Amino acid sequence: MDAVLSNLDVFVRGFTTTVTLTLAAVVGALVLGTVIAAMRVSPVPPLRWAGATYVQLVRNTPLTVVFFLVVFGLPEVDITLSFFVSAVLALSLYTAAFVAEAVRSGVSSVATGQAEASRAVGMTFGQTLRLVVLPQAFANIVPPLASVFIALLKNTSIASAFFVFEGVQSMNQLINANGDAVLAILAAAAVAYLGLALLASALFGLLERAVTVSR
Amino acid sequence: MSMLYDVPGPRARRRVLISSLVGLAVLALLLLVAGQRLADNGQFAYELYEPFLTEPQVYERLADGLRNTLTAAAYALVLASLLGVLLAFGRLSSKPWVRLPATVVVEVFRGLPLLLVIFAIFLAFPLAFGIELSALQALVLGLTLYNGAVIAEIVRAGVLAIPRGQTEAAMAVGLGRGQVLRLVLLPQAVRIMLPSLVSQLVVLLKDTSLGFIIGFSELLRTGGELVQVLDNPIQMYVAVALVYIVLNGSLSLLASYLEGRQRRTGGTVVPAMQIETGMGQAGAPV
Repeated sequence: MDAVLSNLDVFVRGFTTTVTLTLAAVVGALVLGTVIAAMRVSPVPPLRWAGATYVQLVRNTPLTVVFFLVVFGLPEVDITLSFFVSAVLALSLYTAAFVAEAVRSGVSSVATGQAEASRAVGMTFGQTLRLVVLPQAFANIVPPLASVFIALLKNTSIASAFFVFEGVQSMNQLINANGDAVLAILAAAAVAYLGLALLASALFGLLERAVTVSR
Repeated sequence: MSMLYDVPGPRARRRVLISSLVGLAVLALLLLVAGQRLADNGQFAYELYEPFLTEPQVYERLADGLRNTLTAAAYALVLASLLGVLLAFGRLSSKPWVRLPATVVVEVFRGLPLLLVIFAIFLAFPLAFGIELSALQALVLGLTLYNGAVIAEIVRAGVLAIPRGQTEAAMAVGLGRGQVLRLVLLPQAVRIMLPSLVSQLVVLLKDTSLGFIIGFSELLRTGGELVQVLDNPIQMYVAVALVYIVLNGSLSLLASYLEGRQRRTGGTVVPAMQIETGMGQAGAPV
């Protein structure tokens, strides 16, 4: 236990990076994922195909392979990024496919009559989506999105294998330095992840209550 | 056609056609820029692809890696299913001292990063029990604990989706709670949860790639070792990705076929998306 308490600063540094990594990737995945979801529900066939292809390819690829391609592949074509930025990019590219699926299923879960009614009063595709469907879809999107982002929080641990000093990496460093307190250090890291996951799910719970449409 | 727009008339068709052409042009431009970038850096050089065409050893190594990946996945699938059923029965038990520990195990292992679990097993087993684990054993055990917890939720949701009448009828003919669960509910729940189980198998297969971090020579690590010699990271990792995509893509197709069949016959399915990721989510599967 002493090993944990006296090295709290190392843990805090590591898990702060875990949090910033998660938040940066949330932004990236949200932007890319929403664009892909919009492509997938659009009336333009090539965009639909491109969106579907992206989701199919990325969903079936392990995140570790995406990391390898970003961290070791991009330098081959003269794109050198810092390890942190590479990790954000890999996590965003991967998570975007799941965000797109969550957004799309949220959109398609809005009652058909809503979109039909908007079209009946003469709204265009863009207006239907922006003014009628999306506000209602938002309530359906939040719960699956919460799962996706909590999975993302856990997935940031893979960045530890790609030279990013985050939670797991700080744990490994402490274990190497304190061979007599391995179990305590493991337990502390586990508690940190569970705490962050609980915090995230509490925040999403609040968000969910805020966006629920009252009928 | 989506419900978001009408069956297009002549003007809308023209608009869609124009947008299609613009969209195609943008996509082609993106591909062109990427291709140019690859070409500028000599990524289309024949030497980088030659080993795939002329070296049978490359295929032998990758096949070995794939075999290890599939071995780990197969062990983990069997063990995780057993653990999952056990934990699900625990959570469905009427006795609080069975239900509580099962709930804690499920929530904890669903909430922890798999990598952390694998590290913990690798490090803690020798310390706590004096047993040195091989990389394969640590990987399989980690995958079992995590996927067992997820499968427990799938099984529980499947069992809870069965109409109450089944339980009532089974109890009325004199079966005990355990018998009802084992003989009546579980066999029927299998149909409901099969699509989610197959989707979870995709997650499990992808997660075997974490074995590379603890030194298990599965497909991805083998690819990495070959890159050390061949120096073609982009080509090699894309090839590895394609193997995963073909494997998992077929499984995903199977899952959606099973789900479609289940829905067509008027049955319910456990929504995979919400269970497969994360803990204590608001829309908790019931």
